[in-house]
Amino acid sequence: MTPILNFLIPTTDACRRSGPQDKIVFSSRVRLARNLRGAPFPGHAKKVDRVKAFDQLMPAVSRLPQAAPDPYAESMDKPTAQEKQILVERHLISREHATKTAGSGLVLNQEETLSIMVNEEDHLRMQSLLPGLQLHLAWKAIDEVDTCLQEQVEFAFHPQYGFLTACPTNLGTGIRVSAMLHLPGLVLAEQINQIIQAVSKLGLAVRGLYGEGTQALGNIFQISNQQTLGESEQEIVERLNKVVLQVIDHEEDARISQLEKRPNVLFNQIGRAYGILSHAHTISSNETMNLLSLLRLGVDLGLFPGTPRTLVDELFLLSQPAHLQLGRVEKLDADHRDVVRAEMLRQRVKGVSTPDHTKTTAKTESI
Amino acid sequence: MQCQVCKKAQAKVHYTQIHENQMKKVDLCDACAKENGINDPASFALTEIVLGLGASKKLEDGGGAPGNAGSEVTCIHCGFTSADLKKSGRLGCSECYGTFAEALESLLKNMHKGTQHRGKVPPNARRAIDLEARILQLESELKAAISREDFESAAQFRDAIKVARQPGAPV
Ligand SMILES: [Zn+2]
Ligand SMILES: [Zn+2]
Repeated sequence: MTPILNFLIPTTDACRRSGPQDKIVFSSRVRLARNLRGAPFPGHAKKVDRVKAFDQLMPAVSRLPQAAPDPYAESMDKPTAQEKQILVERHLISREHATKTAGSGLVLNQEETLSIMVNEEDHLRMQSLLPGLQLHLAWKAIDEVDTCLQEQVEFAFHPQYGFLTACPTNLGTGIRVSAMLHLPGLVLAEQINQIIQAVSKLGLAVRGLYGEGTQALGNIFQISNQQTLGESEQEIVERLNKVVLQVIDHEEDARISQLEKRPNVLFNQIGRAYGILSHAHTISSNETMNLLSLLRLGVDLGLFPGTPRTLVDELFLLSQPAHLQLGRVEKLDADHRDVVRAEMLRQRVKGVSTPDHTKTTAKTESI
Repeated sequence: MQCQVCKKAQAKVHYTQIHENQMKKVDLCDACAKENGINDPASFALTEIVLGLGASKKLEDGGGAPGNAGSEVTCIHCGFTSADLKKSGRLGCSECYGTFAEALESLLKNMHKGTQHRGKVPPNARRAIDLEARILQLESELKAAISREDFESAAQFRDAIKVARQPGAPV
């Protein structure tokens, strides 16, 4: 196996990590953007300048105590296009960074909770990624990394504008705080648009993580801050945390009310999702995401006793194009990929017992 | 349907998002969508595009102060031009924030909660900021002393400001 594939945690283990509120919150992420003082931003830098920044930053970043022990630290011309795509699907690098080659780099700790991109849009994009709702902890972790780096390198900073970034939307704190949420209840109850509106009023953005337009595939939404200048990091983190907690409450309520008002509709959808996932011979990515969302809801509602939620989370990951391609020599085209996806799903869902709506635990305790 | 950004190519990407209680629909061609990171849901913010469009319009309208209308501003540190800024919505280097300060001001006001950084400060910048705050404080005290015709105190404040402004002054 190549260095990066060897380095990455196997999907089963990666999905088994748990955190507070992880029934509804997949993960929490805090990202900081930083640039070297006096050096042109990567997008406008000549190759020599980019290499100079790379040569200065890579050793400093890979020797960070927070990245120890033995982090992955490589130039972006090392991983193949497919391997970069794997990193994107695991949320460890941005799509933009996947297009980078020599002159850009990646440092990743073994737990995959710390990922530092060198020469992305900014000289440094550092992210802390934790399972469940752990925004404060993620901020603390990346704050420590940043403080540690500030002892070794001088970042571009302006007394009024704060940390200077290539794009003015990141100016100031350079912080992007985000949480990835599973909200099937709010979507089924047709309350999701109200929630999105309410959250947008607070200067936060809600968008579907997968898919285009208004549809959010798999009912997976990302909530993140839009503004980075004019408030402190703590204020931003706290506001996002508060909003996420409220959205969780609404999601719980929506699930209970759907179960009370339209149990047949709910059980029907979950049952059909199970049927298709366990019997399809070709299935698109879009359909898969939406059905997996229902399967996950079924697990949450207690319809699949003995099936862990983490199995569904792993299927979300394994259904992505680069993960499907993994271990195959021939390049899969879209049609072939749908067949391979269905095959993988049939095999994995085979072990899941048929849904039993009498087993729902939802009425007696909080779902 | 035409792309809203380049107004040339056919729009293939349609994105709707609620922003400040308003539905914003954006139709883009593949190239412009890519340029705006719309194919990257993890980093894409619609506001960037919406504000970005407004921003470039603003730059066109108020482009250049009176007297040098039409003349293009160029960053002497990195060669980035106001046309580059208009086109990309990005800056070339950290000094560009000084170079394009005028054009950026209203843009930042619309984009962010405020225009004064209130977050983390690096240690060396902390010292400079503390000094700046001290000078501001002294200046307001100087003004107050003059207005109450307390010229003795005023002279003291003036001297203190002079000392504080000296390079390497203790904070
Ligand atoms: Zn276009
Ligand atoms: Zn510049």
